[in-house]
Amino acid sequence: MNYFVKLIIQVVLSYVGTAGFGLIINIPKRALNLAGWSGALGWMTYWVLFEAGSGRMFANLVAGIIVGIGGIIFSHIKRMPVILFNIPGLVPLVPGATAYQAVSSLVLGNFDQAIALLVKVSMVAGSIATGFMIAQIIGEWYYKTQLKL
Amino acid sequence: MSEDKNADANEVVDTCLLAGRLMIEGGSEMYRVEDTVRRIAYNSGQKNSASFTTLTGVMISIKGQPVTQFGAVNHRGIDMEKVDRVNTLSRRYGNKELTLNQLKNELEKLDKNLPTYPMWMQLLGAFLVSATMMIIFTQKYDWFDIPLAGITGTIGYLVAFYVTRTTSIRFISDFLGSFILGALAMLGVHFGLGHNLNSILIGAVMPLVPGVAITNALRDMLAGHLLSGLERALEAGMSACAISVGIAVLFRYF
Repeated sequence: MNYFVKLIIQVVLSYVGTAGFGLIINIPKRALNLAGWSGALGWMTYWVLFEAGSGRMFANLVAGIIVGIGGIIFSHIKRMPVILFNIPGLVPLVPGATAYQAVSSLVLGNFDQAIALLVKVSMVAGSIATGFMIAQIIGEWYYKTQLKL
Repeated sequence: MSEDKNADANEVVDTCLLAGRLMIEGGSEMYRVEDTVRRIAYNSGQKNSASFTTLTGVMISIKGQPVTQFGAVNHRGIDMEKVDRVNTLSRRYGNKELTLNQLKNELEKLDKNLPTYPMWMQLLGAFLVSATMMIIFTQKYDWFDIPLAGITGTIGYLVAFYVTRTTSIRFISDFLGSFILGALAMLGVHFGLGHNLNSILIGAVMPLVPGVAITNALRDMLAGHLLSGLERALEAGMSACAISVGIAVLFRYF
């Protein structure tokens, strides 16, 4: 498949999936569209970097930063809490499926694989969380400089 | 005079407690909960308030006054509408559009009935999540498997949703939901409705798995809320175990 066809498929799927998750976690209707875009934005960052061979941790870190900054911008546009855009934005990135695979290989007796997957879960979750922290620091720093000007 | 001040402080702490509890129930980050509580107290004229928030309970006191209250948080989930509404109410209170009494009434109303999406839209959401996340996670373009993943994911979500209402133990609903979706996915693959059982299961468990909770746990810990971070991590881990065991039992014996 062509790179650009794949890219468009990934954008559409991550947007639709994030908006669908928004319906489950009861996102207010007027935030649903931007929440979906937040997910697509984060996933695109991850996908493009990962396809370019950046490695999983770095791609997740940068995606976390992008989702965090996107959340701050969207929350200013809509005047709603940042978390409304952050949590759905995470959905394509978070290691929920990996956590499921890890525990199910544990239950089925594949201990080596289970440990490898559990380490992967904590590292991916850690890089996304660190990305958010960095985004928050950038946001605070930006407001401070804005106030001084 | 001092009697009057105490009554007032009691009212303030009551309202703060309600707001804090609602936000934790909605799955807000802890620093936001503490911020909202502090702001409500500040706007009510209590400049010096302290709050201790965990995932299972909130404690709020006002310095220099004999008022401290504790409230338990019994059920938790992710409900963004709740967080948004409490935030809006607190902001309106800060702009003096509401009195303390009105704020409390509004919060109580919010506690009793919160607008949610109709059931069919939630199910549609579960379908979309399962169907799209299957491809996103596995990075294989198996279009044929999408309907089965979507449908089993929807049924799993539906089962978990209704079991949660009948029992107070959350992990039973996760276990039953994943057990039933796993059984259906296996049957579906057996009858030729899907090809790759593993990808279908990864997609179908997506509405249930606590991926967001794991990340939020780490975020809370990084922000210095160690206790609630640990609680979140524990809850997410137990939920992941319940889901995986529900499916692994099927794999082990069938």
